[in-house]
This record gives sequence, C-alpha cells and structure tokens, in this order.
Amino acid sequence: MGYNKRIDGRKNDEMRKIEAKVGVIKRAEGSAYFRIGNTWAYAAVYGPRELFPKFKQNPGTGILRCSYNMMPFSSSHDRVRPGGSRRSKEISMVTEKALSPVLDLSQYPNSVVDVFIELPETEAGSRCAGITAAAMALADAGIAMKDLVAAVSVGRVDDKIVVDLDYSEEAYEGGPVADIPVAMMPNSGEITLLQMDGLISKEKLKEALGMAKKALKEINEIQKAALKDKYKVV
Amino acid sequence: MSELLVKDKDIVVPGEVLAVGMDHLPGKGTYREDEKILAGQLGLVSIDGRAIKLIPMSGRYIPKTGDTIVCKVTDILMTGWRLDTNSAYSAVLSMKDATSDYIQRGADLTQYFNLGEWLVCKIVNVTSQKLVDVTMKGPGLRNLKGGRVFSVNTNKVPRIIGKQGSMVSMLKNATGCRITVGQNGWVWIDGEADKEVIVVEAIRKIEEESHTSGLTDKMKEYLEKVTGQKVTE
Amino acid sequence: MYREIRNHIIKNLKAGIRFDGRKALEYRKPITVEYGFTKTAEGSAKVTIGETEVICGIKTEIGKPYPDSPNEGTMMVGAEFLPLSNPEFEAGPPGIDSIELARVVDRGIRESKCIDFKSLCLEPGEKAWTIIIDICPLNDAGNLLDASALAALAALKDFRFPKLDEDGKIVYKEKGTEKIKLLCEPVECTVIKVGEFFIVDPIIDEQKAVDARLTVAVLRTEILLLCRKAEIVL
Repeated sequence: MGYNKRIDGRKNDEMRKIEAKVGVIKRAEGSAYFRIGNTWAYAAVYGPRELFPKFKQNPGTGILRCSYNMMPFSSSHDRVRPGGSRRSKEISMVTEKALSPVLDLSQYPNSVVDVFIELPETEAGSRCAGITAAAMALADAGIAMKDLVAAVSVGRVDDKIVVDLDYSEEAYEGGPVADIPVAMMPNSGEITLLQMDGLISKEKLKEALGMAKKALKEINEIQKAALKDKYKVV
Repeated sequence: MSELLVKDKDIVVPGEVLAVGMDHLPGKGTYREDEKILAGQLGLVSIDGRAIKLIPMSGRYIPKTGDTIVCKVTDILMTGWRLDTNSAYSAVLSMKDATSDYIQRGADLTQYFNLGEWLVCKIVNVTSQKLVDVTMKGPGLRNLKGGRVFSVNTNKVPRIIGKQGSMVSMLKNATGCRITVGQNGWVWIDGEADKEVIVVEAIRKIEEESHTSGLTDKMKEYLEKVTGQKVTE
Repeated sequence: MYREIRNHIIKNLKAGIRFDGRKALEYRKPITVEYGFTKTAEGSAKVTIGETEVICGIKTEIGKPYPDSPNEGTMMVGAEFLPLSNPEFEAGPPGIDSIELARVVDRGIRESKCIDFKSLCLEPGEKAWTIIIDICPLNDAGNLLDASALAALAALKDFRFPKLDEDGKIVYKEKGTEKIKLLCEPVECTVIKVGEFFIVDPIIDEQKAVDARLTVAVLRTEILLLCRKAEIVL
C-alpha cells in the first residue's frame, strides 16, 4: 500500500501555505516573520552591540548569537514551560551555525549581533521557519552577508519522499518516517544545516535533498519579495 | 558578453546577482564570484560608469574618524568620560580634549559633564579594534544643555542634514527649534513643545521619503502647511 | 541618569504637550484587538496601543483543586519580557519587572471576580481546570502594563474549553466551543507621575522619568482601586 496520498492532500513536492513579512518589530534593527502552514516564526535582530560578558568578545570579529524560543501557548499540545529547554538550546546553536557561513561580521570586532526567534504558533518545521525568518531579519538589519539562508524540512513518510512534513506526517504510524531539516545558501546550493531523525537509504536521501533544493529556491524568492516589499519606493 | 541585471536605484537583497561578465566592477557592498557580481547586503543600487555599488538602507552606526556625533555621558573615568555613541562602541573623552581649563588631579569631573548629559563631539581616532577617541575642541562642539534626543536611521542622516545643511536650516527657520543632527543617528532638539513635535514628524517624513526626488520642495510645502507660515530655506 | 530627559518632559508638560504631541491624559492611537491570534492556544489575542504590541495566549490543564477550595479551578498569569521586543530586555528567567506585570494583570482579573472559579470545577475535590494566561510582548514602545491587561481580557473572551475524551483527558485535535463565562470586563489603566504632572499611556522616555506609578483596574460601572504600585527612580 504505502503512503499514497498526503494526509492534507498536498503534492509530494508541495509546501504548506507560506507568508513572509519584513519590518514587523519596530524597535529591532531588523525583523521579519515567516509562516508556513501552522508554524509561525518571528525574528528580531539587535546589534551589532556591545558584548557582555567581556571575556566572550572577539577582537577579530563580531559574533552571532541566536536564541530560539517557543512561546508558552505555541504548542498544539500542553503548555510549553517558559525558560530555555535543552531542545531550545540545541536549536539556538544549530541556527547560529546555519546562519554564520553567510555573514561577514569582520567590520564589527568585539561586538555581538543578537537574533531572537520567537514562535507564537508551531506545528512541525519550527527550526526551519526560525532560520528562514532570521535570515530576512539580518538582511533587514543591514548586516553584510553574501547570501540569504533558506530552510525547510524534507523527509520520508513510509515509501514516499515529501517536502515540508507537517505534524501528522512526522507522527505517521503506518511506516517508517525520516525528518530531515535542511538549510541552504540558495545561490551556491551549499548546505549549512542538515539533521535527520529516522532511517533512509542513500539514494532516497539524495532524492530528498534534490527536492529540498527546489523548495528552497521557492522560499528564497519569497524572502526576496518580502524584503523588497518593505523598501519599495512609495 | 557582459550583462547588467539591475537598474540604478533598484533595491537588491543579499546574494542577488547584479551583473554577469567582466565589464563591470564590484564596488562597496558588492562582491565578485567568478563571472558574477553579487549583492553583499541589502541596499540601493548605484551605478557609476563601470562600477556598481550599494547604498545601505539600514544598519547601525559604525564610528568613523572625522564624524560629528551626539553622545551621552554614561560613566566618569579617572581622566575623562565614557560616552554612549549609539553604536556597538563607546567613546572616551579625555580631560585634555574636553576643555582648555586646568583640571586639578582628583577633581569632580561631573562639574564639567554629568551622567546623562548630551554632548556634540568629533571623532578624532578609531582603532582597528574600534576604540574611539573624541574631542570637544572645534567649532560647534559643545555640551547640549536641556533638550531631548531621538534616534533616526543613520543611513538617512545626509538627507536630514541636506546639501550644506539646507534641510536642517529650513527646519530651524520653520520651527525656531535648536537642532543638532549627529552622524551617529542621534538628533538633539530643543524648542517650544509643539514645535519640537513638528520637527520630529518632519524628520520622520524625510526618513520615509529619503529616496524620492524634490524632497526639499516637498518638505518646504509640508512645513508651510503645518506651521501656517512662509518658510525660507 | 535620566535627569536630563525628565527635566525636558516636565518643561514640555508645562506647555501641555508630550514628546509625541499628545496631551497628558490621551492614549496613543490606534488601540486594536485581534482575537484568535494563534491557533495553538485555547484563547489568544494581540493588542496594539500605538507601536506597542502584546500577544496573550491561554492554555489549560486539568489538575486537582486546592484542598481549601475543593469546588474551584485555578488561574495563573505568566509574563516574559522577551528580548525580541526591547533591546534592554535580557534573555533568561523572568526578571522582577515581568513578575510584577504578571501579578498586576492577575490581580485585575482575580479581584474583579470576572471569572467564577466554581465554574472551572469538573469533579469537586478531584478535577478542575487550570487556566494559564501567558503574556508575550512583541514590540515594547511603552505601557506594556495596560496593553497586557487588555490582551489578557481579550484572550479570555476568545477562550474555548477544549474537549475531553472518555478518560477525561484533553483532546487537542478538535477545538471546543464552550466559552468561559465572564462576569465583568476589567480594564487596567496606568497613570504615572512626572514632576507635578500625571500622564497616561507612557512611552519609553516617559517611563524612564517616572516618579510614581499607579495602576487601576476599572469596570464599566465602578472603579476598583486594585493594584497600587509606587516607585521612586531618581
């Protein structure tokens, strides 16, 4: 039998409905939100600013500091207890690593660029939405960067390869599932984040990454359009 | 074959390809990768002959030698003052750069400039690690008594000041307010309460419409409307 | 540190005009309420006052009533000053300001008796609803207090009890339809004193110059003096 039709009726290479907007938090240097299906990430950039504690300063370059946090009411299950969890710390760290390769912070020695990602609503794919929103917010903040970063999850649900798994697919019980968040620099196609939970063959992984690349080009176009929309001449 | 993919004054985003081929040169805010010239930040395209550069639209201030900035006193040091420069880097004003008076060792430096006071300074030196030295010796550099400060987009400061200070002069003439625009994006104003509000709103308008043409005329019209008086440049 | 700014605020107030052109007892405009802001909460709202934006979301849990009130459910209000909303907010556990805010919102709801806690009881002494109200500022341009109290009230109005399965566990998949009965609608208003002047709806500069602060919860018909806070900053 296999997983013949996606639970919400999407095509295998079809993402959930996407909405992106730049300049959504006035006090921040740069900001954006990215919505994909029922997952919604806000990102705000503050800085470059003075870094405390001082021993963390790097006289050679500015550093990037990311923080990923789910709002207490953002889960479709129980309330998320406020304060960092081990999961949110890990995601903060991989977000930093996914974004750093495009940034040039050499003009800001000893300083920090802070990225705060907050999710008011989540349903699978939240780290990818956070990274995608953060890249837009960094561009909006005027930070020197050679490219944007776009992220999406791909994976396997039973015998099918699909993009942008939703919660029901992540939790599919009719067969094996692999969930693979991917972040990429759209121009070069270089991958800056690749994680996987589950089992998949080498061939299927290649196929999944191919689908991710195509989807990320689409997301990149949405990022560009959202950025240009904020700055268009009225 | 070389091809230019953008026009003057286009908004481009990081990673966007601006030109292909070797006929064009990558300027500020752009970079070359093989045949292509790409945007290295968000900005407004400016094409000058063969060179393509980007004018930033956003971003925090980075201290530069020679800039005149509005600062806030945040700490008193052994031999001077630490100032907030509205950037990632604080500045140091030493006693000898602050005044020609002889200051006794161990004197109370708050007598000169107290915590929270606003100063207009000029940056005399910025090291590679962004240690910033400023001076108060020079025309127009002074302690700003009273008044208030608000922040504007640093990248719009040239438009707020205008050619040879024409825009600021117009704002001053129209409102009677005293105005100092720091290159670090802090603007100090002092005047009648209702006139200050006009200045803030006018400057917000300049920020919003900074890349439209005929801005001075537009602002003149605007100021005449809100003040109900003839405005001279 | 804020003496300069305080002096100037007072000077302008003598002319009856605030930094943004308002009169002393004028709120910023527009004040908006968006119900059902996030789908994952059982009740939610976003409130804006001028440029200040606050989200409030409510989740519920089922717990054992307190022994001294076996026929009543419980309520909790939490607030986190998210660093994404204000460059001066720091990441980490809730600070004293956010705890105070949560407590002031809590008291407005509790003391106005707008919720009949008996209606939250499922089985006396055994099972009752716990209503958890979480407040998350998105953009702090001043007066988070009044915006938060309004957001909490709006989220309560948007709230629907989730459905329960045969074992009495919460079914999160389906949305419930039953509302919480609100007996009245408390709205909070904060007045601050700067010099000899009283003003409402302070912006950030004004909050820094505060001499004293008073938050009052008001009902349509009567004024309840509920929450009193005074502070001396200078």
